[in-house]
Amino acid sequence: MKGRTAKAQGARRRGRWLNRLLTLHGIAGYLFLYAPIVILVIFSFNASRFMASWGGFTLAWYGKLLGNELIGAALKNSIIVAGTATLVSTIFGTMVALAMSRYNFWGKLAFDALLYLPIIIPDIAMAVMLPLFFVLSRTQLGLPTIIISHIAFNISFVAVVVRARLAYFDVTLEEAAQDLYANEWQTFRRVTLPLIMPGILGGALLAFTLSLDDFVITFFTAGVGSTTLPLRIYSMIKLGITPEINALSSLMLIASMTLVLLSLFLQKGGGGKIEIV
Amino acid sequence: MAVQPRTRRETWRLLFLLSPSLFWLIVFFFIPLLLVFAMSFGQRGTYGGVRWHLNLENYARLFDPLYLRIFWRTFRIALTTTLLCLLIGYPLAYFIATRPVRWRSSLVLLLMIPFWTNFLVRTYAWLVILRDQGLINTLWTGPIHAFLLQVAEAVPLPFWSSLVQATAQPLPLFGTDLAIIIGLVYGWLPDMVLPTYAAIERLDRSLIEAAQDLYANRLQTFLRVILPLTMPGIVAGSVLVFIPSLGAYITPDLLGGARSIMIGNVIYAQFMSARDYPFGSATSFVLMAVMVVGTLIYFRMGGGEVEV
Repeated sequence: MKGRTAKAQGARRRGRWLNRLLTLHGIAGYLFLYAPIVILVIFSFNASRFMASWGGFTLAWYGKLLGNELIGAALKNSIIVAGTATLVSTIFGTMVALAMSRYNFWGKLAFDALLYLPIIIPDIAMAVMLPLFFVLSRTQLGLPTIIISHIAFNISFVAVVVRARLAYFDVTLEEAAQDLYANEWQTFRRVTLPLIMPGILGGALLAFTLSLDDFVITFFTAGVGSTTLPLRIYSMIKLGITPEINALSSLMLIASMTLVLLSLFLQKGGGGKIEIV
Repeated sequence: MAVQPRTRRETWRLLFLLSPSLFWLIVFFFIPLLLVFAMSFGQRGTYGGVRWHLNLENYARLFDPLYLRIFWRTFRIALTTTLLCLLIGYPLAYFIATRPVRWRSSLVLLLMIPFWTNFLVRTYAWLVILRDQGLINTLWTGPIHAFLLQVAEAVPLPFWSSLVQATAQPLPLFGTDLAIIIGLVYGWLPDMVLPTYAAIERLDRSLIEAAQDLYANRLQTFLRVILPLTMPGIVAGSVLVFIPSLGAYITPDLLGGARSIMIGNVIYAQFMSARDYPFGSATSFVLMAVMVVGTLIYFRMGGGEVEV
């Protein structure tokens, strides 16, 4: 009896010890994920040009960015590309998601595979086949070719997000609307669209983020004068590491974090509410 | 829930919804894909162009020892990355799954935020940390070296001097396979944690209690109950990490040196510098084939069910 209790106590102690170890691992894991980002942001405020010394707090590197015309032009290109690609791929992706979740048709499985492929295959493989196509079809590489390529991979991502939302869609709501003499367009506009709106917005923000962040595919489909922000950062890194890159990178990190939080918020919140106008 | 279109009107609506994406994906994805496939059987022309004729030379060239070595390195790096992600990610997922419910979604969110930020920038952050004049080496050859030197002067120990000498040089981190692996683990760790977390969270706690009632100790409970039940999550996470690691391009480009080349860099070089499109096409086609097979395994293991 006594031996048994001692053994149980030992097990409990070991359990507590294991739990502490697990907590420690958890904290270390999150530190690993955030430390590089935090270090980058901290050093973007370092007055010294070198990592070796802390020369005091400065905003000079951010100021320098503002005066850099190349970065301004790259930012403009990035916004044009991401904006256009997001708009088109959100419309197309939502349409295809509606079709896939509502109807069965001949060749649906094959089309499904085609829809998933751009997500599965590596960036570099998709990146090399697009310029090949553009060169053979004698299309000048530039902003339009970047936008075309971004739409090609973004349709799939938008479709996946919107389809996930449609999976929980209650069809009886549409039937109810039609019973109340709403025509097809009214049903779509007043019932279906508001219900799947969080999915559409979530998909759009995902597309915008992916498009804004993309480096590999953009790199291959860009032409002269169509440098986007990631391409600019890349060429700056290749020329040598400077505090300006730290500042620019920090801004990029903050921008994409904001977009992600917004996207998650939109997908989670605003659920199945219907506005009755 | 999905039905066949019943009326002509519905057929037209289906066509209307489907055709823009169908057009786009066929013209700007499927045709280029076929083009790459066709080109992989072609031959490089004298002036960098392509001669179209059917031969398997490009695929045969992949068996050249030079490329076999690169494939082997790529495979090794991807495998090491996957194993490290599993070793770090599984306990991390277990940690999240055993926290109070109200904490869990915040912890998952914290995991996803860095995951969705710019990959190039996140890789650059490691370049800042790992390079010869980077953060780690600045500390290593600076304060750590100075400290060891002082200690050596105070207490002369025989092995100490070699340690002092070691800290005089920067650690060879940048340009090594290790740097690439660190960058990849950093990039894809959330891909391992999310599916394993979903599997652990879904685990029926009463099964663990049952095992303990039957006098299984902690190790036995883990090996015989928890591990087999969370295996689908482990497989899903491993595929999600392994696949992008195989196709990595930015990470080896920024963190690897001239000797640490992966398949992604080979494909890049064929298209951008060597101008051997047929060989580049063959390489990328083989890579794509491996990915598609990997993804099929993922879906077979029920990976598609994991909700994040």
